[in-house]
Amino acid sequence: MKNNGRHLAIVAVLVAIGTVITYYVLTAVYRLPVAASSQAGPIDNLFGFHFMAISFLFALIMVFLFYSFIAFRRKPDDEEEGPHVHSNTPLEIIWTIIPLVVVIALGIWATFILIDITEAQDGEMPVAVKGQQWAWTFSYPDYPDVGPSARLVLPVDKPVRLEMKSEDVLHSFWVPEFRVKQDLVPGQVTILRITPTKIGSYKVRCAEICGFDHTHMVAEVEIVSQADFDQWLVDQSSSIAQLSPEERGVKWATEFGCTACHSADGAEMAGPSWLGIFGKEESLTDGSTVTVDHAYISNSILDPGSQIVAGFENIAMITGFEERFAAREAELLEQGIEVEIIEDLIAYISSLAE
Amino acid sequence: MKTETIWTRFLRFIVILFSLGLVRGIIGFAIGVSLVYGLMVGIPISQGQVANKDLAVLLGGLLGTILLLLFAGVFTDWIRSMSGKKVPLRHGPPEHLPAWTRYFSVDYNHKVIGVQYTVTAVIVLLFGGLLAILFRLELTYPGMQYLNQDQYNTLFSAHGIIMIVSILLGVGGMINYLVPLMIGANDMAYPRLNAFSFWVALPAALLLFLGIIVGGWDTGWVGYPTLSTTTQLIGVQFFLLGFYIVGFSSIAGSINMLVTTFTMRAPGMGLFRMPIFVWGALAASLIQVTATQTVSIALLLVLTQRAFGFNFFTPPEGDPLLYQHLFWFYSHPVVYVFVLPGLGVISELLPVFSRKPLFGYKWIALSSIAIALVGFLVWGHHMFVSGMDNSLRVPFMMATLLVAIPTGVKFFSWTATVWQGKLTFPTPMLFVLGAISVFLIGGLTGPILATVPTDMPLHDSYWIVGHFHATMFGGYVFPFFAALYYWFPKATGRMYNERLGKLHFWLMAPAFWVMSLGQMRIGLLGMRRRIADYDPALGIQNTQFLITIAGLVIGWSVLIMSYNLVRSARSGVLAGNNPWRSRSIEWQLPSPVPEGNYEQQPVIIGNPYDYGLADAPYTNLAPISGD
Repeated sequence: MKNNGRHLAIVAVLVAIGTVITYYVLTAVYRLPVAASSQAGPIDNLFGFHFMAISFLFALIMVFLFYSFIAFRRKPDDEEEGPHVHSNTPLEIIWTIIPLVVVIALGIWATFILIDITEAQDGEMPVAVKGQQWAWTFSYPDYPDVGPSARLVLPVDKPVRLEMKSEDVLHSFWVPEFRVKQDLVPGQVTILRITPTKIGSYKVRCAEICGFDHTHMVAEVEIVSQADFDQWLVDQSSSIAQLSPEERGVKWATEFGCTACHSADGAEMAGPSWLGIFGKEESLTDGSTVTVDHAYISNSILDPGSQIVAGFENIAMITGFEERFAAREAELLEQGIEVEIIEDLIAYISSLAE
Repeated sequence: MKTETIWTRFLRFIVILFSLGLVRGIIGFAIGVSLVYGLMVGIPISQGQVANKDLAVLLGGLLGTILLLLFAGVFTDWIRSMSGKKVPLRHGPPEHLPAWTRYFSVDYNHKVIGVQYTVTAVIVLLFGGLLAILFRLELTYPGMQYLNQDQYNTLFSAHGIIMIVSILLGVGGMINYLVPLMIGANDMAYPRLNAFSFWVALPAALLLFLGIIVGGWDTGWVGYPTLSTTTQLIGVQFFLLGFYIVGFSSIAGSINMLVTTFTMRAPGMGLFRMPIFVWGALAASLIQVTATQTVSIALLLVLTQRAFGFNFFTPPEGDPLLYQHLFWFYSHPVVYVFVLPGLGVISELLPVFSRKPLFGYKWIALSSIAIALVGFLVWGHHMFVSGMDNSLRVPFMMATLLVAIPTGVKFFSWTATVWQGKLTFPTPMLFVLGAISVFLIGGLTGPILATVPTDMPLHDSYWIVGHFHATMFGGYVFPFFAALYYWFPKATGRMYNERLGKLHFWLMAPAFWVMSLGQMRIGLLGMRRRIADYDPALGIQNTQFLITIAGLVIGWSVLIMSYNLVRSARSGVLAGNNPWRSRSIEWQLPSPVPEGNYEQQPVIIGNPYDYGLADAPYTNLAPISGD
């Protein structure tokens, strides 16, 4: 092959330049969100290595190819074939062994990072995460008086162990700033460890297709100072017995996931908004009209699907509330608190006058 | 002499129409599905009773499939021979009917079947692309503009499986058309099974289409329980059954390919003298014949859980993760089915347009086999965050990283092939080079997903969407188009329009780069996959806009290609027998290829890629004049 050494020398320089340019462009276009967890540190280091490797390998192949397109273009009158070079065993061995060594080393490094970001931490606080179509609910086993919350509030710099359950189908917990992710699987408890390191507001978005409103299965995540967290705990743990039925209704609506589909402020969601519906005349899908009264609401909750408002589909309104309410009421009865969940909900709904 | 009246012309049209296997088959399908559905759902519902729709779809779809094949004529020869009659293999166009009708009926010639597969693949590709355009339009701006969540979910779910079917059809088309020609055979080992393999894909496609119009489904193309086992959307049952049936096409087709390759090669064609494309097809077929069965069982379990109430996947007795293991045990290896033939096309064409041997032929051939084998060990990388046992993460990570080695061998070998060659850049070569650049992007964005800590932020994000579109376009779509342009003159005897071909490339390649790189950017920033809308606070609207535009440009470029090929087949310039001056034996035949391929058995007396070596013929076949 003619002038091979000269061609290779030029290409070597171009590959070096190409690597730098590619790395610069790559890291400008491919930005990660702000790193807000201790897990993000090692993960972002690994990303950094990958970007460097990608830059080099991309430049290597692309420079060789583009150089060839220009330098080895067939001249218009050249009918001759190219040089009969069909193999080079030492080269084949080198470009098999070197990548093999690199990927093994990469795998070992990644294993250490994986252990680091998933192993149990001293003093980690358990947080129970419940996912259901299409809402998140969070509760704090160490603070049983704190009722289930629609927002995940956590103190900064404290390791947390999320213990996650799904009520129905697969879901997945993902806050991009925290980097880590884990599915919620019906029938098992999955664990995700996070140590938030930056105070701020984030969002957890479901990352496993879970049906109709997967798009909107989003919850607020607040990382606050330890002092603010302690205050929040106090604010949240009002005894249930001291609340009015309407106030309890607010809690039940979150705890049982009603807010996944029904808004209190008129916002259009998968189910009718509760704002101002009590006492209204409503048309149903079967053409009949009904007054939204105590009986209708009770029936809608306990026998979903039997009376659907026109313009809405009968999609996966959860059944089994009768049993779930009874179980929760029994739980509270053991603490000496008597409530009727359905009455509280109806009281709350009827209080949402326009 | 009778004059031709409108009436006789109309009658003749009807006779021809109903002679077509396609028409008869669709009628059979419609009868099967509507008969069962009418009996099992229509009647109970009209009486105010509850109907088991899932069972009706399962049984109706199966009956529709069987009747389609029966009415089209796929089973005719087999049924006759089962009753003891001699059934000679019919060759050539049908008697008493126009020759073009053979493409719409059961024909046993591998070249006809290859064309049937290929044309169907392009039609299905265009439809799948349309579905993507529809949901990409919704994603161009934040906010829900014109689709609701059910419609959106259906569009991406259908897009996924329909594209997969299109790829399997295209792979089947390339393998069927090319392999017998390349190895010096006059047809596949089992021509009737070959016809079956094509025709059984048709009811699958029809079921998927029906699934969309009966209301769709919301599970993506992966169909995970417990959403797939509980969703009220009946389209899911059509999807599961259609996916299941396409498996028969894969299994039957791959058996045929393997037997053909192992038993029908020309004398002198040892395995390492086969054209390199055959190695890619071989590796793909080894995967298809082995792995397809596991996804079939996964789909069957969901189908019967829905239809009969069996519990395979609902906790506590059932386990949703069982499905994922069964599903991915096939669905990872199948991506190598998608790309190994296309990577074989790249290896096949580079020597011709570099006028230089394929560098490291043996290593490239064995790398396809290595990818196929290692590809069976990596499925868990789709499940790193699934809730499977943590002890599984590291082994799957290491195995996944290992796939990079044989893949790297291919890239380095391609680079060494063009190095110091004498390069020309007609359309097929452009698509091959585009394929390499795009597959490079796909391949380089793989290891970042192989290492578990970096997979965690990226799983189920748009990074994944960018990665797999790059690997699919680089390993299949670009090489498939390269193959269409390259072998078009051999199949039709005419040349496609080179300017339109170049226009197709220069629209599609930059647009694809923008699309794929854009998808990965927004995924990294927090854009999930399978969602109908996104938070404006993510700051990704501009990239979303670009991705949609890029998709539209790609779609238009494929339409340009379709127009080019259809028009050129009719009225393109005559191409001569070997416009590319290839050494491969199919190019020593006339164009278009005669009905029975090789009049005399070609003998192989050298190596396929000895460009640049004097007096080193590959075959004893004299090159046809009229070059």
